Amino acid sequence: MDGLPSEEEQEMTTETATVDVDVTVPDPQTASHSKELDSNFQTVGEVRVANARMTCTDVNVYYGDKHAIKHCNLDIGENQVIAMIGPSGCGKSTFLRCLNRMNDTIDICRVTGEIKLDQQDIYDKRLDVVPLRAQVGMVFQKPNPFPKSIYDNIAYGPRIHGLASSRAELDEIVERSLSKAGLWNEVKDRLDQPGNGLSGGQQQRLCIARTIAVEPEVILMDEPCSALDPIATAKVEELIDELRQNYTIAIVTHSMQQAARVSQRTAYFHLGSLVEVGETTQVFTNPQHKLTEDYITGRFG
Amino acid sequence: MQLSVLVFVLLGVMALAYHLGRRRSLATVGGRVGARSLHSLPSYYGFYTALWAGLPALLIAGLWVFFEGSIINSMVVQGLPSELRELPPAQLGLLMNDVNNLASGNIVSGEVDATMQRAADHLNELRSIGSTALAIAVLSIALGTASLAWRAIGPKMRARNRVEVIVSSLLVVSSLIAILTTVGIVLSVLFESFRFFQKVPVTDFLFGLEWSPQVALRADQVGASGAFGAIPLFAGTLLISFIALLVAVPVGLMSAIYLADYAGPKLRSNAKPVLEVLAGVPTVVYGFFAALTLAPAIRGVGESVGLSVSSESALAAGLVMGIMIIPFVSSLSDDVINAVPQSLRDAAYALGATRSETIRQVVLPAALPGIMGGILLAASRAIGETMIVVMAAGLSANLTANPLDSVTTVTVQIVTLLVGDQEFDSAKTLAAFALGLLLFVVTLGLNIVALHIVRKYREQYE
Repeated sequence: MDGLPSEEEQEMTTETATVDVDVTVPDPQTASHSKELDSNFQTVGEVRVANARMTCTDVNVYYGDKHAIKHCNLDIGENQVIAMIGPSGCGKSTFLRCLNRMNDTIDICRVTGEIKLDQQDIYDKRLDVVPLRAQVGMVFQKPNPFPKSIYDNIAYGPRIHGLASSRAELDEIVERSLSKAGLWNEVKDRLDQPGNGLSGGQQQRLCIARTIAVEPEVILMDEPCSALDPIATAKVEELIDELRQNYTIAIVTHSMQQAARVSQRTAYFHLGSLVEVGETTQVFTNPQHKLTEDYITGRFG
Repeated sequence: MQLSVLVFVLLGVMALAYHLGRRRSLATVGGRVGARSLHSLPSYYGFYTALWAGLPALLIAGLWVFFEGSIINSMVVQGLPSELRELPPAQLGLLMNDVNNLASGNIVSGEVDATMQRAADHLNELRSIGSTALAIAVLSIALGTASLAWRAIGPKMRARNRVEVIVSSLLVVSSLIAILTTVGIVLSVLFESFRFFQKVPVTDFLFGLEWSPQVALRADQVGASGAFGAIPLFAGTLLISFIALLVAVPVGLMSAIYLADYAGPKLRSNAKPVLEVLAGVPTVVYGFFAALTLAPAIRGVGESVGLSVSSESALAAGLVMGIMIIPFVSSLSDDVINAVPQSLRDAAYALGATRSETIRQVVLPAALPGIMGGILLAASRAIGETMIVVMAAGLSANLTANPLDSVTTVTVQIVTLLVGDQEFDSAKTLAAFALGLLLFVVTLGLNIVALHIVRKYREQYE
C-alpha cells in the first residue's frame, strides 16, 4: 500500500459506488442504543477504498422476515485486514458469511444487493459458488478440523480442486501451508495423527493452514480466537499480521484490543446497520458516531 | 373380597393417606403460613404416608397371590383320605386337577364320587377363607403402616429424602425385573441345550452338514436318521440376511443421506415418519407379501429367462426382509448423519467442496461408525426375523449359496420343531433350544459390537 488514497482517486476507482458517503454529524434519532437506525441511514466514514478486492453495494440480508443486514456498503481493501466489530447479533458474522456465500447453506436466508469480487458479481446466477469459495476462504469461530489426519486435513482442499498433480507436490503444499500457519515445526513428525488430537490453538492454526492450502485471495475469519487462550490468540494474531502480506483478510471479533492490534480498517455494526467505517486508529481514537463511541468506550455492548 | 376390588380399596386408602399426611405436616407447623419451616414440601409428607400405606400391603398381597395356589392345594391334599394321599405324584396331580375343575364348575374327566365332592367343597371353603383373610390382613397392614408413618410426621422429618429413597428403590426393582427375566430366559435355554447336547454331541451340532431332525420312535422305523447339523440352517440364515442387507443398506443409506442433507425441513419432517411406518408393518404381512406376491413373480421372471427357480426362494424372502429392515438402516443413519456437526460441513463448503464431495468425504467418514452400528443392528434383526422366512423361505435344509433355491433358517426350524405335540425328552424338541441358544449368542454378539461402535462414535464429538 502506498499511502491513503485521495478523494479523487477514490472517485475513479469506485465507479460502482452509487451511494454518497455522508460524513456529517449523526442523526440525532440514533442516539438511543436499542433503537434501530432508520433505513436511509448513511454509514459514517469512508466505505470505499482505492484498491478494493471486494465491493459491497446496498447489501441486504433477510432471515425469513427478519431484516438482518440493512443497506450495507463496504469495500474490502487488498492486502489489508478489516475488522468488523459490534455487539452480539448485530449482523457482523452474517455479513461475513455473505462474502463467500456461506449463507446459501441456510434455507431461509435471502441476500439482495451487489457484492463484487474483482468486479465480478458473486451473486450472479451464472457464477459457480465452488470456485468462489476457493477464492474466498473462511476460518470459523470454533476450530473445526475434519476427523482425519493432520495431513489429510490440509490436503483435502487441494485434492478436491486438483491443485496437486503428484504426491510430492501435495506434500509440498501441505508443508508450505502448515509453515505459513506457523504449525509445521509442531506437527511435522505426526502428520498422520488425527487433527482433533491437537490443542485448541493448534487446531485453529490447522484450520487456517487448511484454508491457505487452497490459495484463496480473501480470507474471512469469524471470531477465530474466541475459543482460544491468550497465548494461542497471540500466535493467531501474529499469523494474521503475516498473512496480510499475501492475502486480503476480513475478521469479525468481539475483542476491541484484537481489532486494534490486527486491523488497518475497522467497521462498526449496530443492529444490522453499518454505522461507521474508518482507519482503525481513527475509529478507536476519534470515533465520529455516538454509537461507535459508546461501544468502544465500553458504555454498552 | 375379590383381589381387584381389594386393590382399588387399597388405592383409596393411599389417596386418603396422602391427604392426611399432607394435612398433618401443615398442622404441625400451624397451617400454610408455617410451611417454610417444614423440612420438605407438604406433598412429600403426603407421598410418604401414601407409600407406607400402599407398598407393604401390596407386597403382602403379591406374596399371597404367588403362594395361594400351592398352600391351599397342600391343605386340600392333607384333607384327602389316606389311600388317595398315598397315590404317586402324577396321579395325585390328575386328581387335584379334577378337584380344581369341580370346584370351579368345569367339566371333570372321570366320575365324581363323594370324596372328590368333599375335597372340592373343602377347596372352595379354603379359598373363600383365604380371600377374606387376605383382605383383612392387607387392609389392616395398610392402615397400620400408614398410621405409623402419619404419627412420625413432624417439621424435622426429612420426608423428601425418604420418598426419594423409596422411589429410587422402586426404580432398582423395575430394572431388576427386566434383567432377571433376561437371565432366566438365558438360563432356561442354556439348561435345555445342555440336555440336548447330552443326546447329540456339540461338534455334530455345530459342524454337521446335514439337518434332518427326525428321530426314530421305534427301532425298526426307516427314514429317520436324526441328523442335527446346524450348518445348513446358519448358511440359509446368512444367505437370506445377506440378501436383505444387500437391499436395505444401499436403499436405507441413500434415503438417509437424502433426508439428512438434501431434503428440506418440511419434506424431512413428513417423509421420515412415513419411512418409519415400514417398521410398523407387521412382519406377517410382509410374510404373505413375500409368499404370495413376490415369490411367484420371481419364479415367473426366472422361468421366462430359462432359470429354474424354487417357488419358495431365498431371494424372495431376502428381498422382502430387506424392505422390512430399511427403516432400521435409514433411521439410525439419518440420526448419525445429522449428528455430524454443521461446523464440519461448513468447513468443507468453505474450502469450495460441493455438496456431494462434502457428504462423501467429510460427513460419511465422520458418521461411518454410527452407520455401521445401525447396519449391524439391522443385521441382527434380520437374523432373528421369523415370520417372513416361515412363510416365504421354505423348510428344506439345503446347503446352497444359490439364492434361487429354497433354503431354511434357524428361526423357521425352531418354529417347526416346536409346533404341535412335543415330548421334552426327545432330541428333536430339545434341538430347538440349542438352535435358540446359538441364535441368541450370534445376535447378542452383533448387538454388543453394534452398541459398542455406536457409543464410541458418540464420544467423538462431545
